[in-house]
Amino acid sequence: MSATTPSRLEKIIAAGHLAVTSECGPPRNGDPEVVSRKAELLRNHVDAINVTDNQTAVVRQCSLASCIRIKLLGLEPVLQMVTRDRNRIAIQSDLLGATSFGVHNILCLTGDHQRFGDHPTSANVFDMDSTRLIQTVRMMRDEGRLLGGHQMEEGRPQMFIGAAENPFADPFEIRVLRLAKKVAAGAQFIQTQCIYNMEKFKLWMKQVRDEGLHEKVAVLAGITPIKTVGMAKYMKNKVPGIDVPEAVIKRIAGVPKENQAEEGIKLCLEQIEELKEEEGIMGFHIMAIEWEEKVPEIVERAGLFPRPAVNGSE
Amino acid sequence: MSYPTNLRIVKVPCTGRVAAIHLLRAIEKGADGVFIAGCMEGDCHYQEGNLRAKKRVTYIRGLLESIGVDRERVAMYNLSAGMGPRFAEIAQEMTDKIRQLGPLVKSTNAGKEVVA
Amino acid sequence: MIMAKPKKAEEIISRVKDFSRVLVAGCKGCVAICEAGGQKEVEVLASAMRIHFSQIGKRIEIDEVSLSRQCDKEYLQELADSIDSYDAVISLACGAGVQFLTEMYGEKPVFPGVDTCFIGVTEEQGVWSERCQACGNCMLGETGGICPITRCSKRMLNGPCGGSENGKCEISLLVGRDVACGWHLIYERLKKLGELERFRRPSEDKDWTASRDGGPRQIIRKDVRP
Repeated sequence: MSATTPSRLEKIIAAGHLAVTSECGPPRNGDPEVVSRKAELLRNHVDAINVTDNQTAVVRQCSLASCIRIKLLGLEPVLQMVTRDRNRIAIQSDLLGATSFGVHNILCLTGDHQRFGDHPTSANVFDMDSTRLIQTVRMMRDEGRLLGGHQMEEGRPQMFIGAAENPFADPFEIRVLRLAKKVAAGAQFIQTQCIYNMEKFKLWMKQVRDEGLHEKVAVLAGITPIKTVGMAKYMKNKVPGIDVPEAVIKRIAGVPKENQAEEGIKLCLEQIEELKEEEGIMGFHIMAIEWEEKVPEIVERAGLFPRPAVNGSE
Repeated sequence: MSYPTNLRIVKVPCTGRVAAIHLLRAIEKGADGVFIAGCMEGDCHYQEGNLRAKKRVTYIRGLLESIGVDRERVAMYNLSAGMGPRFAEIAQEMTDKIRQLGPLVKSTNAGKEVVA
Repeated sequence: MIMAKPKKAEEIISRVKDFSRVLVAGCKGCVAICEAGGQKEVEVLASAMRIHFSQIGKRIEIDEVSLSRQCDKEYLQELADSIDSYDAVISLACGAGVQFLTEMYGEKPVFPGVDTCFIGVTEEQGVWSERCQACGNCMLGETGGICPITRCSKRMLNGPCGGSENGKCEISLLVGRDVACGWHLIYERLKKLGELERFRRPSEDKDWTASRDGGPRQIIRKDVRP
């Protein structure tokens, strides 16, 4: 695959390197410093930084504003966009705004239901879903056209299009069919839900390879280090779509409280090493929620530092 | 067997025959309390008539409470046909309870069914 | 059909407490079937209200009527002779019926006696579930007879999302009951029908003009007009 957009992430993958991305959760207020601080922690250690979009339907500073901030710091943002809160008019409008600031990566998501968040009484939008969003970005980029037909002569989005997949959601058989659909719609990279059930993940990867999808889309494996056994249990029981095997809980619970964080890091490093050998894995998406300061250490200990240089990247 | 004279007994073939409205009508027409005496659970001759009655009693108790009438004025009891003394006991118990709650204001409010 | 649930008696009472002659008007259509606004419910509500007002010493006349439907003028007509003698009406019809009654007898305050909820089916006595969102552009033929607009909490056309677990929608955790994942149901059905190829193809765009988003709707059929 050769890169077609100015996206640094795309260039890294096209050059055959393992990509590293991480994420940044904006604050629940208008503080301009939080995102800058979190992004700076990741400088030189990741190829691109995702900014979440009102994750779990909890109101935070918008992803677009944070992506602009990251861009202005000379770093590479990935605009996460959910379809829960905006219709096709607002979506295309935000995409044009992102384009005007040189945002070259987008992760197309449907979004957690608003009943999970802190405004459960709100209406939702869902004018389109993630697959349709992927198609929309592709149309704007490759044809220069808006959904309503307007033709853009210049200023077309030049975005590397990503989507999320959850190998641990049900029905299992359908996960690969859905991935095929997203690829057909235009998805170029995938970031998966965080992995703890290695067996199930490898089974999914095998199906991905059997469909030939690994040659059409770059799969970045989701990695989230466990900080405490409480966190592991919470993810297992309260967060839909995350599969945490008992063995993992036991392992973390088996060490004294003050050692659990290091055990969690050890586990995630083992996962990274194991997945480096998995055909079709093109990189890692490290989501260290409210633990961003650990990401540089993880990247270094995983042997993924320094990040490669690529042509034309900042 | 003797039981309090303030009792007005309405016989039905099965307590399942008692609709929610009947409980309210009794009160509208001057009763200070209403109780349904049905067969022991599991012994209903018509399968589950007494279970339906129980649900209706529960519903009406809740409705009465929401409009400011003590829910204890409506109750469901279960006994078999042969339990004469138990019936007298229930009647006395209910009477005592209603006496304690006091009389309801007698309904002077009218209502009719409009023939459309 | 249209499913509704009764409003709380206290709420209805608070609306009409200052009137002297009130009519409780039920409907023998949809709301009777879901036991919210039929004749039985009219009787119970009217009786409970009379008892309440007696206890607080208020004189009020509360009458009862049940119409075949309140969404057709010919049935609402039946009230023409009697309606003037009331100062307020409580309609136990669905939202459409309440409004139509108001359109016909607008000088009277009309209060709703039920909360109209959805278009649905009777799964079993006492359990009614939503099935149709009236999007105006039925696509049931493409999804094995299961509606993604209604049964997917996110009305996805390319579902399921990543929160589908054990055939349940992610909101099941929050709403205290199991909500089936609409797309899980569609998947199982298409599998049975041998139509799984559909899952590979991104779906067509949805035109929401025919739904609520396009504005209040109307159907005009010249072929059946007089």
